[in-house]
Amino acid sequence: MTTSKSILTVLNLSVVFPDSNGGLTALENISFDVAPREFICFLGPSGSGKTTLLRVLANLLQPTAGQVHFIHHQHPKIGMVFQQASLMPWRTVLDNIKLPLELEGVGEVKAQNKAREMIRLVGLKGFENSLPRDLSGGMAQRVGIARALIHDPDLLLLDEPFASLDALTRERMWMELSRIWQAKQKTVIMVTHSINESLFLADRVLVLTQRPGKIKLDVEVDLPRPRTDDIRYTSHFGKLAKKLRGAIE
Amino acid sequence: MSVSKHIRNILPVILSIIFALMAWQVTVQVTQLPRFILPAPMDVWLRFLKSLADGSLLYHTGITLSEIILGLLTGITFATVTGYVLAKSRALEKVLSPYLVASQAIPVVAIAPLLVIWLGDGILSKVVICALIVFFPVLVNTVVGVRAVPNALYDLMRSIRATRWQILLKLELPASLPVLLGGLRIGATLSVIGAIVGELVDAEEGLGFLLQLGDFQYDTSMVFVAVFMLIALALSLYGVVTLLERRFLNWQS
Ligand SMILES: Nc1ncnc2c1ncn2[C@@H]1O[C@H](COP(=O)(O)OP(=O)(O)OP(=O)(O)O)[C@@H](O)[C@H]1O
Ligand SMILES: [Mg+2]
Repeated sequence: MTTSKSILTVLNLSVVFPDSNGGLTALENISFDVAPREFICFLGPSGSGKTTLLRVLANLLQPTAGQVHFIHHQHPKIGMVFQQASLMPWRTVLDNIKLPLELEGVGEVKAQNKAREMIRLVGLKGFENSLPRDLSGGMAQRVGIARALIHDPDLLLLDEPFASLDALTRERMWMELSRIWQAKQKTVIMVTHSINESLFLADRVLVLTQRPGKIKLDVEVDLPRPRTDDIRYTSHFGKLAKKLRGAIE
Repeated sequence: MSVSKHIRNILPVILSIIFALMAWQVTVQVTQLPRFILPAPMDVWLRFLKSLADGSLLYHTGITLSEIILGLLTGITFATVTGYVLAKSRALEKVLSPYLVASQAIPVVAIAPLLVIWLGDGILSKVVICALIVFFPVLVNTVVGVRAVPNALYDLMRSIRATRWQILLKLELPASLPVLLGGLRIGATLSVIGAIVGELVDAEEGLGFLLQLGDFQYDTSMVFVAVFMLIALALSLYGVVTLLERRFLNWQS
């Protein structure tokens, strides 16, 4: 991956959180490039700094050292799915989902229609007017996914978006995400704990070490697309999975 | 809520009022106290009708109500703005909070005469006393409310590039509304006290004036009418806050 054609370059990034004994290093000397329309997965043990990395990319956290360069030096439009759904408890499902459009000043009717479309996409039809308190964890997570996609962002940052879904819904969401990613030509950076998930979705998988997080492994996933359920029984899938498992402590 | 359920809810209230009135009447009959010490319920009722008919009651209630509302609005405005700034700046909070806490050690009742001297015996001094008494509880609740806004939601707003103004309107305001309305509930009750304290110091009009007039003229029934009117005002304000809570906080379980 050459720097010239990458949409995002991360260079020698470190994040140290202040604490009582000299600071806690969450990320240490991370460097990687992301090509336009690339789908990247980060794997790593709990506490290896995956969420911290996404927060830096979303410009929610200033790194202690190192740089994040976006193409043309301007911050892209971001859609982020948080590890905890982060819904506004006073807004209905529909109103939560249309929030990004509201902030962009899109008209009410258009925003509502788009939100209904997203609600269908994540399979929450009939729950438009429910409040977050009445949703299950998986449903709340799907509201978060719909909200991240609604304003057609250039860069999707997904923090374990499918962790609280049942296997069936999860696989349906994989398909949907693959489809959206291919149709809308987005760049996706996703954090997950699931090797299967990363191999199912990603072009490239990066494995982080135990804290402080460093990049331990950077693997191209050269499995053919579209990937269906059968792919996990191929020998190549097995080989990649084994390699990743070996890298995760 | 169905009608029968509504009736079942207010029935105990009505019964207890009837009981209190009966107890009052019995006390008057048994003790045979003179009317200027303890008037009977019927005396108070007739006095109420009389002052209603000659327009004096509504006039003075109107004066007190406008003092309360103006005082409440002024107090809330200053308190929420100051509270928001304090909630956002720890440094400023450190500098200002000693003064704010010290100011709470001075009872407003004690400086009310000063304010009347400085600002005159008209409506202005009462509005200021009201505003002062309302200020602190609303301020504290604003600070607590704004500080309690979840960081995760700030992250969300910033990830979709919300402006400061959008964060205020679409996140901080709705998220802290439960605590803000709690402050308003306390403030509303206190504001009635503020207005009356001001009027009792010196006034030409208002329920406090009516109260004092009744007192001077041994028209004790009039004093009772004024007191009941004050209770009605306080309850109505309380009711308005409750309505606001029902309307805007129905997302809370
Ligand atoms: N705001 C913060 N202040 C202090 N320490 C933090 C902060 N955020 C994260 N950390 C620390 O940084 C380290 C990495 O945290 P992070 O949330 O990025 O891990 P993660 O890889 O996302 O873990 P998980 O898989 O459990 O979600 C942890 O040790 C955590 O305690
Ligand atoms: Mg995490």
